Amino acid sequence: MKSLREFLVAHAQNGVISFSVQAKAVREFRLPFPVVEETILKTNLLPSRYLRNQETLSQADQFSLFRSRVAVIGCGGLGGYIVEALARVGIGHITVIDPDVFDDHNLNRQLLSETGTLGLSKAEAAVGRVRRINPAVTVAPVKRVFTRENGGMLLKHARAAVDALDSIGLRLDLADVCMEMGIPLVHGSIGGWYGQVTTQFPGEDTLRKIYSGRSHDKGIEDRLGNLSFMACLVAGFQAAEVVKIILDQGKTLRGRMLSINLLDVEIVDVAL
Amino acid sequence: MKVTVKLFASLSRGRFAVGVFEGEATLTVRDILASLKIPEEEASIIFINGRHEDADAALGDGDTLAVFPPVGGG
Repeated sequence: MKSLREFLVAHAQNGVISFSVQAKAVREFRLPFPVVEETILKTNLLPSRYLRNQETLSQADQFSLFRSRVAVIGCGGLGGYIVEALARVGIGHITVIDPDVFDDHNLNRQLLSETGTLGLSKAEAAVGRVRRINPAVTVAPVKRVFTRENGGMLLKHARAAVDALDSIGLRLDLADVCMEMGIPLVHGSIGGWYGQVTTQFPGEDTLRKIYSGRSHDKGIEDRLGNLSFMACLVAGFQAAEVVKIILDQGKTLRGRMLSINLLDVEIVDVAL
Repeated sequence: MKVTVKLFASLSRGRFAVGVFEGEATLTVRDILASLKIPEEEASIIFINGRHEDADAALGDGDTLAVFPPVGGG
């Protein structure tokens, strides 16, 4: 019987493995999707789903993304779109953390919320969504509140953490845990027509600067609400930051914050 | 003395994005926030000439003050 590697090489077309061949390998060799994916990438082949990532992302980049773990804290408005983007681009391991279940008022913006998932876990919804779009991605759901106490365990082995929370207090706790663990943190937040994005690297106290002297746990969103396209937009910036951190490409928002005003279409780049 | 005040995101609604503020020689950020009816809770990030400051900071003639609100939703 052929080895998995031989099977893949025999079925590759111009170095590309189609999804149906990958699925067939999973069945015939009785292996999980991520194991087959790893073998494909190690054999210098490319799963066809990543064809349109090229040439922006190389085969080697794709392997780096596959081997990385990213923790997404919060699976609501921002988190849903972030998980979607990370799974589609090919991040291999995603930890999704959210203790909540979907409520009616999430339907205005949260990608993972559907009329059929009301009352169900947001973290579990993320698992299901990723399985349907990219089964080679391993998703670890955590249906608990992120705290300073459990943070060390939840972020273990994470190459980057993404702040998609909705509480300023928890955001600061997350930033502190990331600082202690030496993990880059991609922050994003929204309210009304407005949003902001920045990336805190180890040794920096960027989030403390942004929220210094806060006594309230909520910002302008408490009054202005949150809109679908703001969640989508800011999540896009955050996912791009994650990819750049992992691949060490381009410039990140280190030491800078983008302040976005979509009502007047103004994006300001502020040095922090 | 004259100070340029820049208000970002929701803070500019019903006020202005960029304005010139004229006042006495001993102005602080807190004084300007009060005169613009901006609660200190809504002035999350304060810069004077691009330098991070707080509401106690004093302003000088020709300074530029930039204020951002807290944005915390997800």
